[in-house]
Amino acid sequence: MTKPLLKVRHLDVSVYDRKKNETKIVDDISFDVQPGKVIALIGESGSGKTTISLGCMGYTRPGCYLTKGSVELDGVNVLDLSVPELQELRGRDITYVAQSAAASFNSAMRIDAQVTEIPVITGSMTRKDALEKAVKLYKSLELPDPENIGKRYPHQVSGGQLQRLMAAMAMISDPRLLILDEPTTALDVTTQIEVLYSFKKLISDNNTAAIYVTHDLSLVAQIADHILVLKDGQMVEYGDTEQIISNPRHEYTKALMAAAHIMPDDIHAPSIISAEALPVIEVKSVSAAYSNSETKNVLEDINLKINAGETLGIIGESGSGKTTLGRLISGLMSAKSGSVLLNGQPLNPHVQQRSLDELRQIQFVFQMADVALNPRQRINKILGRPMMFYRGLSKSEATKEVARLLERVELPTDFAWRFPPELSGGQRQRVNLARALAAEPKIIICDEITSALDTVVAQQILDLLENLQHEFGLSYMFITHDIATVAKIAERIAVMRLGRIVSQGTVRDVLTPPCHDYTQLLLNSIPEMRTDWLDEAIVERRALVKALNA
Amino acid sequence: MTPETHPSQTWYGRWRTTMSEMTFSAAICLGFLIIVFIIGIFAPWIAPYDEAQILTNDSFMPPSAEMWLGSDYLGRDVLSRLIYGIRITLFLALTISCLSFLSGVGLGFLAAVSGGRIDSWMSRFNDAMLSFPSLMLALIVINSLGSSFTVLIFTIALIDLTRVYRVSRALAVNVMVMDYVEAAVVRGEKKWWIIFHEVLPNTLIPLAAEFGIRFTYTILFISALSFLGLGVQPPQSDLGVMVKENMQALLYGEYTTLYPAIMIALIAVSMNIFVDWLLLQSSTKLPDEV
Repeated sequence: MTKPLLKVRHLDVSVYDRKKNETKIVDDISFDVQPGKVIALIGESGSGKTTISLGCMGYTRPGCYLTKGSVELDGVNVLDLSVPELQELRGRDITYVAQSAAASFNSAMRIDAQVTEIPVITGSMTRKDALEKAVKLYKSLELPDPENIGKRYPHQVSGGQLQRLMAAMAMISDPRLLILDEPTTALDVTTQIEVLYSFKKLISDNNTAAIYVTHDLSLVAQIADHILVLKDGQMVEYGDTEQIISNPRHEYTKALMAAAHIMPDDIHAPSIISAEALPVIEVKSVSAAYSNSETKNVLEDINLKINAGETLGIIGESGSGKTTLGRLISGLMSAKSGSVLLNGQPLNPHVQQRSLDELRQIQFVFQMADVALNPRQRINKILGRPMMFYRGLSKSEATKEVARLLERVELPTDFAWRFPPELSGGQRQRVNLARALAAEPKIIICDEITSALDTVVAQQILDLLENLQHEFGLSYMFITHDIATVAKIAERIAVMRLGRIVSQGTVRDVLTPPCHDYTQLLLNSIPEMRTDWLDEAIVERRALVKALNA
Repeated sequence: MTPETHPSQTWYGRWRTTMSEMTFSAAICLGFLIIVFIIGIFAPWIAPYDEAQILTNDSFMPPSAEMWLGSDYLGRDVLSRLIYGIRITLFLALTISCLSFLSGVGLGFLAAVSGGRIDSWMSRFNDAMLSFPSLMLALIVINSLGSSFTVLIFTIALIDLTRVYRVSRALAVNVMVMDYVEAAVVRGEKKWWIIFHEVLPNTLIPLAAEFGIRFTYTILFISALSFLGLGVQPPQSDLGVMVKENMQALLYGEYTTLYPAIMIALIAVSMNIFVDWLLLQSSTKLPDEV
């Protein structure tokens, strides 16, 4: 065994409140990273994984303090260095790839200028050398047109490419340690594996040590050599990737395994619906564009039905029109042609023309609970308002109903007097869902409601959705980009690409091969819980993309 | 804890929690503002002499037992004039700020919520109003209508309105794109409900800060008008007039003119510290993550 490059020993990070009470957010963490190896820090949000990775650079967020322990990079304790020494260390020996590349690039500067910035301003390379190096990196990251891509601005490349360009920025000064903080979370599933593959290649080619931060265990299996499982700032399990995925010892690791984004073994059986039963929602040959003068349609000839008590999954990548379809049904956008029927009756296109009862029956749950709930309204008001608005309850009746509803979505009743920012992400998503339930709807349109959540929490929300469906006979239109999630909860699915439905039917029919090329591509993008999956998937993916573009 | 007794549910409970977390400097500023307001309200009972009464033939007398702050250029009691000056200044500044805020915020929000053509027309008209230099506009209006409290109040309120409109519209436009507003729209809520329940609570803090700034600007603007002889007319005086009247005192080495100037500064500073604290309070309680 080679000498470890990075040795972290008994690291503690604390925060202090106004009364100077100490709370440990990272508690006694120790691990090693060997050159050319990847260690994954995995855990839900708030488990301290980003704090630890920043701590390895000798940095803490404002208000946090490194109270104990040591971080040794090749024998030098990073925590003892002065600020100027740290600054030198950070751009050169340790580099960092943030979660959202789109937010990390300056949109007013060309990509080349930003990628080469650090070696040029520190004087370790001339501009010309740095540019040559950058082109080499673009090539090894398999970016299209490596000679010229750097001359573009950040908005002129796709999200996946930007994430890879950020990796180029991190690798340009040949760092000894690379920290990747959820680098693929913000990407589409089908681009995710390309990016993951480039990272893996880059790390092994340059013999760099890397720390990979994520909440998704199935991704980690593809790239990491060692895994450190974290919960509430404490080390839960630490070991080889093979050992952890084949034989997890701790309960929490097992829960993470169960919630990972992999295909479930059992696929939902379609519910038996008699042929003459009226569908709750029927969409008949709908086409739509963003404005009437626009000739390019975002939705093209959409036909679908959602029956009572049934879940229809809508899947596709960003830009496929799936959210637009949900907005159209709920009346936030009007169709160019075609019609939407509720219980067999045609609906007016716009919200303001619909009757109160029609509005009540279709409820929309937004993706991000933190922006979908007014931060300055108490939960009592958020949930009570739809009851008062649609069902004419008085204020005191609504307050009682809110308590019942909170219990129904498994939240404590005194949450009614809290504001949304005082709740965790998963709790907020429950409130978001409860707001839709408060209207006693027939159908709930769920727009990516689990994609911003940690895998374990997302699984709990999915379980809640199923329970509610059994209890109230609800229908769901479940919009997502994650085919594994859909396979867990939907009876029927529709696959969308570029504004069209390319494939529709029961989950079994749509997902069992032979299926449409695009469905196959989506299926191919779901990581499998084995370490050699990525190399096979990337070959298959490239063949499929070629076939689709032909 | 039963829902009925939760402290955040009652007005009194919320007030008590807020007050218990007051910082030292904010408490001092709030105390000072309360005292100044009490002095303003009860000026006729507090002031030792009448504001217009000439007590002595000596200008700029130093402080004495009869006249605590000495006499001004006409031999009137500076302390009494200061107390009356506070009364008039606060009355004008408060009325004008409230008037401009009620109308400006109302119109600004209406434009933001309506959007489209209504928003464009209102905003371009407002831009046209903004393009007049404000002091010039005030001079023209007051000169043609004659200077009285009513004219003064409505003219300055109108000028302030254009600024408040811009700020509140910009704030509301930012809130309008949030998903929770869309959730209210898709629920079928009316415009006014959205304004009062979704937009207003989320813009209240920056608006409160803006109110503090507008309030002090109004004091300065009235003082500027008074300085030009178009504001408060003698023998009445506000703090700005007092500064102007007694400026020559500095030539004789007397500090008479500094008393009203210091008072303006103290009111402005305390108002801003208090508003800043208010702002910090609500933002620490409700961390905005997005």
